[in-house]
Amino acid sequence: MATTTIDPMNNRGGLRRRISRVLYQRPRLRLALLLGGPLTWLLVAYVGSLVALLVTSLYHFQSDPTGLVQRLVTTPSTTNYQRVIDTQVYRTVAFRTIGAALAVTVIDLLIALPVAFYMAKIARPWVRRALVVAVTMPLWAGYLVKGYAWRAMLDPAGGVLHEVFGRSPGFGLSGTIVTLAYLWLPYMVIPVYSGLERLPNSLLEASTDLGAKAGRTFVKVVLPQIRPSIVAGSIFTFALTLGDFYMAQIVGGTTQFLGNIVYREFSANLPFAAAYATVPVVIMIVYLAAARSSGALEEL
Amino acid sequence: MPEPALVDDVSPGSPNRLPNGVAVSLRGVTKRFGVVTVVDGVNLDIAEGEFFSMLGPSGSGKTTMLRMIAGFELPSEGSVLLKGRDVTRLPPFDRDVNTVFQDYALFPHMSVAQNVAYALRVRRVPKPERTRRVDEALATVRLDDFGSRRPHQLSGGQRQRVALARALVNRPAVLLLDEPLGALDLKLREEMQVELKGIQQDVGITFIFVTHDQQEALTMSDRIAVFAEGRVEQVGTPVEIYERPTTEFVAGFVGTSNVLSPDLARALVGRDETSTIRPEHIRIVAPGREPTSEEMHTAATVRDVQYLGAFVRVRTETAGGARMVVDVPTASDTLAEIVAGTQCTLAWRAESVRAIGDTKSTNTEGAT
Repeated sequence: MATTTIDPMNNRGGLRRRISRVLYQRPRLRLALLLGGPLTWLLVAYVGSLVALLVTSLYHFQSDPTGLVQRLVTTPSTTNYQRVIDTQVYRTVAFRTIGAALAVTVIDLLIALPVAFYMAKIARPWVRRALVVAVTMPLWAGYLVKGYAWRAMLDPAGGVLHEVFGRSPGFGLSGTIVTLAYLWLPYMVIPVYSGLERLPNSLLEASTDLGAKAGRTFVKVVLPQIRPSIVAGSIFTFALTLGDFYMAQIVGGTTQFLGNIVYREFSANLPFAAAYATVPVVIMIVYLAAARSSGALEEL
Repeated sequence: MPEPALVDDVSPGSPNRLPNGVAVSLRGVTKRFGVVTVVDGVNLDIAEGEFFSMLGPSGSGKTTMLRMIAGFELPSEGSVLLKGRDVTRLPPFDRDVNTVFQDYALFPHMSVAQNVAYALRVRRVPKPERTRRVDEALATVRLDDFGSRRPHQLSGGQRQRVALARALVNRPAVLLLDEPLGALDLKLREEMQVELKGIQQDVGITFIFVTHDQQEALTMSDRIAVFAEGRVEQVGTPVEIYERPTTEFVAGFVGTSNVLSPDLARALVGRDETSTIRPEHIRIVAPGREPTSEEMHTAATVRDVQYLGAFVRVRTETAGGARMVVDVPTASDTLAEIVAGTQCTLAWRAESVRAIGDTKSTNTEGAT
């Protein structure tokens, strides 16, 4: 192979070399090239669609005097929001969805803590790797597949739970919560696991060395240290449950979540669907603000 | 706690016989991880109030030994006695022993005072007494005004002191220190050595100090156990360990030694057994001068000259093929004559040569 001698002090050089040299001298240009694409995408796709949602939610339909034709009023008004607040069923569904999101989060946390602790602190390396794969494996399966699998589990007449244990929560709110807790579990296990993995063993040893037994060590040393990981996991489980509507259809029986209402109203009354869809957005903003004020986001 | 029955631990005439009571007694302690034996039948008695160092290279089993005394590891065989009481299978929280960890292991979410108070809270010590003892412990390590700081706001040396205060606040029977000065820079380490020794004398608690730094062990300890490959090579005072190493390993690991095989020893110093001589006990005779009549001497070739500040380390090779390391003080007037490749005369006094009941021959240099 022929070798080319490059004189680094030579100001000419190939085109690529010159481009690199220009980039080296202009940090802002470098940054623009690095982030230009993703930022455009974020602005158009994320912010753009959110703005469209908010704008739409301020429109409303008005019947003409005959009552036969609905007319779209594009003058901004809070009519839709007023209806969300004033109507009992919409409030109930919103609180039910929040309750389900909290329940799913708590269930996932209670399952994730011991599993993640075992993975991070006790298991041998190969067991740990196997468990990471096993925990994340359900994410590879399709969402619908898992939904219908849980339908087969929960069916009160001849489902797996009924056959094995003689009882089943059946199709309804609890069945939906169980199914969603199953679906979102990896999103809690993985952050808690990585939080525990970062926690030095010497802190646990220091705690026992100073006389504390397992319970106190867990509450006073482990929990405060992995709180950011728990908050991160809970943001996933909470937000994913809040936004879900299809599991409620598959295993929820007549149970309605926020998403089901949005889905139903979407074709009939788009401005109202948009207004109702801002509810989970607002809840998530409140949730994130609470997490932030607790200081848990600073260490993420 | 009921008074533990004292086991008759040391047979009369044993070299380990201790004047004070025995704080820690290790009986045939062995630790295996799978097929690897990390600690291999260690027997040691450590006296009350003693500053005892376990010195050895990494992988020699000294830290594992410490962890078995603390209760973090269970021995595969043997027993650990604390003030005569068998604690081999007791969990760490039931042992009257505290540890200063290599990484300090301070709780990052607690203030300095909360860290120090941790053990007292666990024992439900009432608040006024707790505050008093925390203040006392922080005063002992000269951190009186640091109670409200967080660990991340402290320097390495200050964290080290907090770890010490936290481990001492309970007044344990024995304090275990796992390479506590390893992360500090040289200057600070030397200051902490003096301070640590002072604190140990003030509180009168038995310190068991793990280190790979022979200088540190020599400076601070009342006695040293030198570890190699899971076994104790030699136990003794710093002077005994340095002046009269009983194995070739100790001679090489603690300081620098010229170890002479029996053949070389016969030729050079007139002894039939493996012998050692410290580099500082050999001098290079200035050209044109003669060794004194009490000195033994030999001709050698200078191979390499290394400037080390206070002294110059000269590597030489004698006509008989023995490699001899000689330390020449920087102030010495013969220094200018010592150049690699030239001939010189090495001289030493007969009493500087120590015999080792061992056979192999190498020139070994320990960490300095």
